[in-house]
Amino acid sequence: MNTMTNNTATTTPVLHAAGVTMRFGGLTAVRNVELTVNSGEIVGLIGPNGAGKTTFFNCLTGLYIPTEGTVSYKGAVLPHKSHLVTQAGIARTFQNIRLFANMTVLENVLVGRHTRTKEGLWSALLRSPGFKKAERESEERAMELLEFTGLAAKRDHLARNLPYGEQRKLEIARALASEPGLLLLDEPTAGMNPQETRTTQDLVFAIRDQGIAVLVIEHDMRFIFNLCDRVAVLVQGEKLVEGTSEVVQGDERVVAAYLGTPYEGAPGADEVAEVEDAEAHSTPGTSGSSGTEGENQ
Amino acid sequence: MTTTTQQTATGTPRQTPGLLPLPSAAAGLTTAAGAVLTFASTFLAWTWTAEFPGDLTVTGYPGGLQLLTLTGALLTLLFTLAGRGLRGLGWLTPGGKNSPVLLLALGTFAVTWYTIIAIAVELGGLANLEPGGWVALVTSLITLIGALGLPGDIPADTDNASPWTRFVQSLKAPTPEKAAPLPSWAEILIIAISFGLGLFVFTYGIDTEYAELFIGFLLLVGFGATAIARAGLNHRLSALTATHKNVTVTAAFVAAFAFPFTQSNDAYATIGANILIFATVALGLNVVVGLAGLLDLGYVAFLGVGAYTAALLSGSPSSTIGITLPFWAAVLAGAAASLIFGVVIGAPTLRLHGDYLAIVTLGFGEIFRIGMQNMDGSSGPDITNGPNGIPNIPDLELFGFNLGEPHTVLGVELGRFSNYYLLMLLFTIIVVTVFRRSDQSRIGRAWVAIREDETAARAMGINAFRLKLLAFALGATLAGMAGTVQAHVTFTVTPAQYKFVEAVPPNSAFLLAAVILGGMGTVSGPLIGAALLYLIPAKLQFMSDYQLLLFGIALILLMRFRPEGLIADRRKQLEFHETGQLDTPKGDIGLSKAGA
Repeated sequence: MNTMTNNTATTTPVLHAAGVTMRFGGLTAVRNVELTVNSGEIVGLIGPNGAGKTTFFNCLTGLYIPTEGTVSYKGAVLPHKSHLVTQAGIARTFQNIRLFANMTVLENVLVGRHTRTKEGLWSALLRSPGFKKAERESEERAMELLEFTGLAAKRDHLARNLPYGEQRKLEIARALASEPGLLLLDEPTAGMNPQETRTTQDLVFAIRDQGIAVLVIEHDMRFIFNLCDRVAVLVQGEKLVEGTSEVVQGDERVVAAYLGTPYEGAPGADEVAEVEDAEAHSTPGTSGSSGTEGENQ
Repeated sequence: MTTTTQQTATGTPRQTPGLLPLPSAAAGLTTAAGAVLTFASTFLAWTWTAEFPGDLTVTGYPGGLQLLTLTGALLTLLFTLAGRGLRGLGWLTPGGKNSPVLLLALGTFAVTWYTIIAIAVELGGLANLEPGGWVALVTSLITLIGALGLPGDIPADTDNASPWTRFVQSLKAPTPEKAAPLPSWAEILIIAISFGLGLFVFTYGIDTEYAELFIGFLLLVGFGATAIARAGLNHRLSALTATHKNVTVTAAFVAAFAFPFTQSNDAYATIGANILIFATVALGLNVVVGLAGLLDLGYVAFLGVGAYTAALLSGSPSSTIGITLPFWAAVLAGAAASLIFGVVIGAPTLRLHGDYLAIVTLGFGEIFRIGMQNMDGSSGPDITNGPNGIPNIPDLELFGFNLGEPHTVLGVELGRFSNYYLLMLLFTIIVVTVFRRSDQSRIGRAWVAIREDETAARAMGINAFRLKLLAFALGATLAGMAGTVQAHVTFTVTPAQYKFVEAVPPNSAFLLAAVILGGMGTVSGPLIGAALLYLIPAKLQFMSDYQLLLFGIALILLMRFRPEGLIADRRKQLEFHETGQLDTPKGDIGLSKAGA
């Protein structure tokens, strides 16, 4: 994986978030975050609950208008409109699955094709040959994506009737249908069993191999360190560290952010010592697990 | 639930016993015998005086409500024999074998007992019954008892269920297997016959001359239609219509076109023309509500805009504008005016969601009506003559063909309303085409996506605001178009025609009710919903005082028991009834698109 990072370090940035700050009234959810995703790269975004990861995602995709800072995609600053961001080439999935529950699997993916097709109302009403051709092509492309994600057999099922893991996959297929240059995945393996997590991991690698950069939020550390070329850690809205999985795992502040730090002069020095002891133990533990994943590869 | 389907599919022999403890064979025999006797009883006199409408006094010649009982009994007999495996009738019951019999027996029983009770109540006592009436009472009861003894089609989950659960269970039926393919001419013939039958039933309903007959008709059609659905014939037919889409659409319009030729009385053609206006506008509303999911409570205003535009341009002596345009130009002007009105209302309001949008549209609907009322020269500019509206709208003359005068076509005299019915049918065809084509396109999918989850839709690159505005504007245009015809049909356009709710459709509340009652997102749903909502009040004048009350009760019951509407969009059906994997396409019936 390190070699891969070296390869991609020279390539062009796809996404560049510069000084993104998001305030809700007095609350600063995201503070001055810088993040770059290069082409062909898988970047992870981790942080404890409430660190502002999803808020940052929403800033990137135009669902929120950041209070300060800009987001640019391939050098061009993105507008603050969700659909224009998708049109530019950034697709996303949602933390809590947001499929079009009462549309079929195929229809869901076809909706994803919306920005890449042009047929308007007149063309639909007049059923011109161009319309039929575009519909056919869209369907072919959608079926390719369903094959890719392994959902082709369920094309006529309603999205709501799919099992949980397949709903996650369908969300990814739908996002890919917009032919993005960057895919944002918000906790793609939440609630999955280890086996499903493995399949998702392979799927993300396959997506990367198609030349699509991926930015992924995840709580499953094993998944993230296995997958990502680079990991950024967000704590209380601020970016704490960014680097390879080794760098991030070795950083004390990251560990502290997840497990908590004792404040100075706190009563009960014994407990503090205990916690520090636990931290000391946990660090090799984590790196050990990432070692086993290396074997899994 | 999947398991039950599978069990029946594999032909599990275990059956639930019927509600009454009768041996299966005896129950079948009782039902058949009861049906034959009920059939025979309709040839007897039921009452002694012709005061009860329909003349039920003649022996050997059934009339009026007796004919409905006769039909019910005949159908019960047919389905009983088919269910017992009589050769040549097997095609009648590909799905349920016994539940259609039970439903038909219930229907026959309901019609018969309703008739007898109506006689007794109207003529003052049971003394007015002839023996024939008593015979009918008893025989229809025997039929029902026999039918209740028939075993259920789907095995119950528990053995010791309460009688009510067992009754409900015995009304259920399995979905039929895929039919063996027929030659395509035969399939087309079946479609044609079905639409012919549909037209006959519809025409019969419109032509019912007195309220009792109409109630009996509703009872029989209600039970009969459910029975046919349970027998699996609907399923078979929809499989056929899916393969022959164009034939189906043509057959539907040929049947609709044939309607005025079946009418000897122009009064009933009026009902037809009005139903068609109502249904067309409801279908336009279905674009807004059913597809894009925008709750519009002021939709009738767009009909009003179209009607007022056409009225002002019609050359009516009361029109304040001295311009008279040919009809086609008036239609375009009405549609354009409605479009502009729709965009003007939609642009600021469509940023709102759900309930808020509903309230704002409700407000705009009323603003339109009150605005029209005030443009009378004293409260505002003199444009619409205020509450008096624009009367004396001249009849249309198209290609030298005056729609106001009767014409004889193919030996049938078509009166004024028949003419307008045919003209309106043209607009209905346009609206149906627009609905179907926009539904099955990139735009339609985007609408449904917005309805399902607007945030996700925007994240998929859909410009939600623009598409919602497009749906709103399209719906407005379609209603405006219909309004231009309505102005000519009703002679007069007044603000009072465009209230939010009143006893006479079309108004915003009834339009929405027609869409929801019929089935959101389908083509045939709003058409059937509108037909029912117009026919029932028109036929049952005697209860006009309670009409809104009954309407409300009916809506509550429907939403409780069939939230997806009479004609279910496949999506909706799956949404409201947790049917597991029932959406798995059976065979190669093209189900990639929803909507009937």
